[in-house]
Amino acid sequence: MSAISFKNALGIHPDALRVRSERSEILANNIANVDTPGFKARDLDFKGILKGEYESRQRMELERTNARHIPAQAVTEESALKYRIPTQPAVDGNTVEADIEQAKYARNALEFQSSFTFLNSKFKGLSKALRSE
Amino acid sequence: MSLGKVFNIAGSGMSAQSLRLNTTASNMANAQSVSSSVDQTYRARKAVFAPMLENYKQGEIGNPVTSFDPRDSAGEGVMVRGIVESDAPLQRRFEPDHPAANEEGYVFYPNVNVVEEMADMLSASRSYQTNVEVMNTAKQMMQRVLTLGQ
Repeated sequence: MSAISFKNALGIHPDALRVRSERSEILANNIANVDTPGFKARDLDFKGILKGEYESRQRMELERTNARHIPAQAVTEESALKYRIPTQPAVDGNTVEADIEQAKYARNALEFQSSFTFLNSKFKGLSKALRSE
Repeated sequence: MSLGKVFNIAGSGMSAQSLRLNTTASNMANAQSVSSSVDQTYRARKAVFAPMLENYKQGEIGNPVTSFDPRDSAGEGVMVRGIVESDAPLQRRFEPDHPAANEEGYVFYPNVNVVEEMADMLSASRSYQTNVEVMNTAKQMMQRVLTLGQ
């Protein structure tokens, strides 16, 4: 018998919660820059993150066949942060559409809430299993 | 948890928008401040915003500490890069009876467009409101996290 591993027990929900909170930061930044000339709205590519497309990004190194080789890291492919394609960009180059960003922020907050509920119920299940009654 | 940064971002947005509201108030208050020379006349002031990330790119401040690569960080909000005076032409009016009239009988009115300022004021207050909402939502999300496991 192995001990209860939190990673197995909780599944994807802690990571989902973290991604949602990072996304809220990005969307808040878009909303704060609604009147900044030339600002380009950005968002996380959630589907890509889910597929793990950006995981290998950090580890791109050159192979070292000799101890005296200088370690070199390549900078790299894409980032998970993508620029949003605006339906109607402003004349000053700003691509933030306040209403859309607000809607996305609200939706993200709801998704955060649902991720949280799932995570919470996992914990509730665990503590129920631990109780002896 | 990066939710704490939402407070900084929304806060920077609120302070930038309230500064914009301040310039608008100053413009409206001085819309009729006449003077007798071109140099002394009030000119409409506008706040110029810039994303805070720009500073990092130009190396003025060290790299931001985020969960992302500094190259693709989400940004730190908005800041006021400066306040510029409008270079639209002043209104010159022939009012010889005006106490501030110059030798030729002209007074100079500021280049403040009151209608434009009103629209600017509405836009600033609405953006301020939006930032408050963002902060409120982030607060609720954080409070929810505090109840984890209860």
